[in-house]
Amino acid sequence: MMVGIAVSTNINGDNAEFLCHADETLLDVLRDRLGLMGAKEGCGTGDCGACSIILDDRLVCSCLVLGAEAEGRRIETVEGMAQGDQLHPLQQKFLEHAALQCGICTPGFLIAAKDLLAKNPDPTEEEIRFGLAGNLCRCTGYDKIVRAVQDAAGVMRGA
Amino acid sequence: MVEVTLWGSLAAAAEGNSKIEIEAKNIRELFERLSERFPRLEPLMTRGIAVAIDGTIYRDTWSKELPTGAEIYLLPRLAGG
Amino acid sequence: MNFDPSHSKRSFSSVGTRPIRPDGVDKVTGRARYGADFNMPGQLVGRILRSPHAHAIIRKIDTSKAAQLPGVKAVLTAADLPDLTNGDAAMYDILDNCMARKKALYDGHAVAAVAAIDARTAKQALKLIEVEYELLPHVTDVDQAFAPDAPLINDTIFTTGVDPKPDRPSNVSMRSQFGHGDVDAGMARADFVVERTFKTEQTHQGYIEPHACVANVCSDGTADLWVCTQGHFVYRQHCAELLGMDASKLRVTSSEIGGGFGGKTHVWAEPVALALSRKAGRPVKLVMTRDEVFRASGPTSATSIDVKIGALKDGTIIAADATLRYSCGPYAGAWAEVGAMTAFACYKLENVRTVGYEVLVNRPKTAAYRAPSAPMAAFAVESAIDELAKKVGMDPVDFRIRNAAQEGTKASYGPVYGPIGIGPTLEAVKNHPHMKAPLGKNQGRGMACGFWFNFGGQTCTDLNIGIDGTVSLAVGTVDVGGSRASLSLVAAEELGIDYSQVRTVIADTSTLGYNDMTDGSRGTFSSSMATISAARNAIKILRERAAQMWDIPVEDVTWEKGHAVAKGETHGNLPKLSLKEIAAASGTTGGPIAGHSEIVADGAGVSFATHICDIEVDPETGATKVLRYTVVQDAGKAVHPTYVEGQYQGGAAQGIGWALNEEYIYGKDGRLQNAGFLDYRIPVCSDLPMIDTQILEIPNPNHPYGVRGVGETSIVPPLAAVANAVSNAVGVRMLHIPMSPPRILAALEA
Repeated sequence: MMVGIAVSTNINGDNAEFLCHADETLLDVLRDRLGLMGAKEGCGTGDCGACSIILDDRLVCSCLVLGAEAEGRRIETVEGMAQGDQLHPLQQKFLEHAALQCGICTPGFLIAAKDLLAKNPDPTEEEIRFGLAGNLCRCTGYDKIVRAVQDAAGVMRGA
Repeated sequence: MVEVTLWGSLAAAAEGNSKIEIEAKNIRELFERLSERFPRLEPLMTRGIAVAIDGTIYRDTWSKELPTGAEIYLLPRLAGG
Repeated sequence: MNFDPSHSKRSFSSVGTRPIRPDGVDKVTGRARYGADFNMPGQLVGRILRSPHAHAIIRKIDTSKAAQLPGVKAVLTAADLPDLTNGDAAMYDILDNCMARKKALYDGHAVAAVAAIDARTAKQALKLIEVEYELLPHVTDVDQAFAPDAPLINDTIFTTGVDPKPDRPSNVSMRSQFGHGDVDAGMARADFVVERTFKTEQTHQGYIEPHACVANVCSDGTADLWVCTQGHFVYRQHCAELLGMDASKLRVTSSEIGGGFGGKTHVWAEPVALALSRKAGRPVKLVMTRDEVFRASGPTSATSIDVKIGALKDGTIIAADATLRYSCGPYAGAWAEVGAMTAFACYKLENVRTVGYEVLVNRPKTAAYRAPSAPMAAFAVESAIDELAKKVGMDPVDFRIRNAAQEGTKASYGPVYGPIGIGPTLEAVKNHPHMKAPLGKNQGRGMACGFWFNFGGQTCTDLNIGIDGTVSLAVGTVDVGGSRASLSLVAAEELGIDYSQVRTVIADTSTLGYNDMTDGSRGTFSSSMATISAARNAIKILRERAAQMWDIPVEDVTWEKGHAVAKGETHGNLPKLSLKEIAAASGTTGGPIAGHSEIVADGAGVSFATHICDIEVDPETGATKVLRYTVVQDAGKAVHPTYVEGQYQGGAAQGIGWALNEEYIYGKDGRLQNAGFLDYRIPVCSDLPMIDTQILEIPNPNHPYGVRGVGETSIVPPLAAVANAVSNAVGVRMLHIPMSPPRILAALEA
């Protein structure tokens, strides 16, 4: 029988502790052990970005990170973006621009866009397109996603 | 009496008739008369047939009346994605 | 049904506006629950064992070791799924595709399944199942499978649609034919003829959410299924039939759906999950991996299409001919038939003939993919049309305008068109600034047209008015891309209240009557029609209640902008009653107020689009870059224009991926070599430009607001528009989709 590894981490500002197997992905831990289902498994191989999270200020696919690697780290997921009932500007602009149709890729895009704007508050269209190239969307053709990110970036800069 | 046009494959199963004169007031009667007259149509009818009346395609409204003089065209029943 | 769906001109207050969708906040905060986001107490994990062989007899399956593994609660093979299909060939194929019965027919075909306490145990159990295969010769290519000496996939298949019936079986399950006039005589009169053979490769719908469900079968015969699907009522029907259950005892709830595009109109794992749950006596969650999604679900047909079109000197197309071979997977299908119907639908043709052949191959069972079969036929025809325009010496847009179908044209698939939008989309394209923008070196521009039927179908809607005057709308068409917002707008429009006063939900199969799937671009078309009908039924009751409150005859009460208004000289001075006031009094005027509707929403409006694409080709590497893209499409009436634009853009993006990158690649061993998003590359954000859209509104005469379907047509023109752009950029006609860099280089070197 496998023995669980005890992990202490911080998720969206709150301390969290869990037991996981050595080969268990952080995505599975978030979804199956901690009930945070915002990150989605679209491929399990790091190709679709639906499971994107921010780990110590770095954008990662949580399906490529082991649960045990979260020890002592800071994790940001889509569940932590809104403050109370106040949506993050990216969330608000995704709604206003209809930047989602089915919405399965949306949590990953929001996290990837948040990471992008943290590092580059005023990106060009091309920088947005390359910044979000690790996230697959099959519904929108990306047009409205790019516009939502441009608009949110303006709001966040106070423009 | 209405005149009904059959698409290619259906016509082949209807002894080569691509146009048929038939006494039918609605789609249900049309299907009944057709299978009486051409038993070989049965498998195609089971697979599903749609009826275009003056260009509008009806798949399920079997009570739809067939107006005299209307263009009535039989088509395979299709689905989308 | 005393509901008249005819279109009449009117002005709108809600329809045509762009409010935020009702399911939006859940979807941007991670709270929306998709197929894999649901769990039940005591649930097991289901997993499926799949054939690694393209074609093999299953000699024996030994599950004893797997069954003995601690933690395994059920092991299942085809023996646990007796054939209850009663001679229904289509249902038998679905059953066989869910779990192979005698032969494995493609790499990825399910052969056994397990339910265990966790994923680790389930995976281990799969490895303990011993399957003895006898390998058979296989064929995965549509042209090779069509050849008379090809390995035979099913010896009970004799080509239908040919006379006399063939005396030996083949891989061609059906021949179909459409057209009118005399093609050979027409072709003989032609001054210019283009004759080409085109190929397109197999693609997957590529929804980001893998198939997922949670099944719970109880020993008393009741069952629940939570599933991501485009049609929970159809899933219920299929699962109940395959498993011998009463449909009414199986309650199916559609989760939020992470994309479908036709791929979630077919059952695969769901009957298996239910059977596992029945056997184990516990709930079973079954989620496909991405590898399984590619190997065993989806895909669309691979095709091989011959086209011959002749024109007179004045630019009139005098004859058009096409033979279309479409792969169906290892079962009989009707995919080429649809291709044959749609191929020339954009044009006014005196002499036209199309012949379709359904071809069995050792690949996954072909599934519907957005305007199924139309994009490939359009690729072939629109490429040939472009070439013919050049030969005639006409601009490709003018050549199409000259030959475009119009109201009264006899469609190539048979009937005569009502009011249609192909001409207006072409005129809009001709006048679009995109057509006049300059092009640089190695750049080319292409345009192409597309057609799709759209469908209506069985639809059922409940509209309930609360005591506070707000409205709950329950519909049975799964919302794949924002239809809850559109249907709320329609209910608000009809009742004369604000959008914010309506909430639309998707009802489960136990709380609403039967609904066909969200396919054929019917979601908003059919459910809006049912919603209008339900709202009008509710208004009738609202008027009766107001009449009671006023104590006047109901004939003297009308409904205007959300209020009951008393008419006539005797009571014309009564102050009007709002919906809210009538609802508040409903408890003492007869009880709850609701409107219901059960309809067959026949009369969907056919839809046309014209697309423009600019592309740059690197002649050294064959790499391509889409520079600019424009979609012009007739929506009939855009209920929520932002989501209509979204459908246009999304369809275009999928078509661009199909045109440039996406394809199933099989090895000589018959195994799929690129079953993942790394090697099956769908367009990413940096692959695409902004996608401009122009919505035309030519009302559908058979819908009260003029709505046509909008979901599918947008994927029809892109293959050809991109191919025409590439062909113009490199000066060589591209004949094979996708135009991946190696294919472009090969075409340049040929």
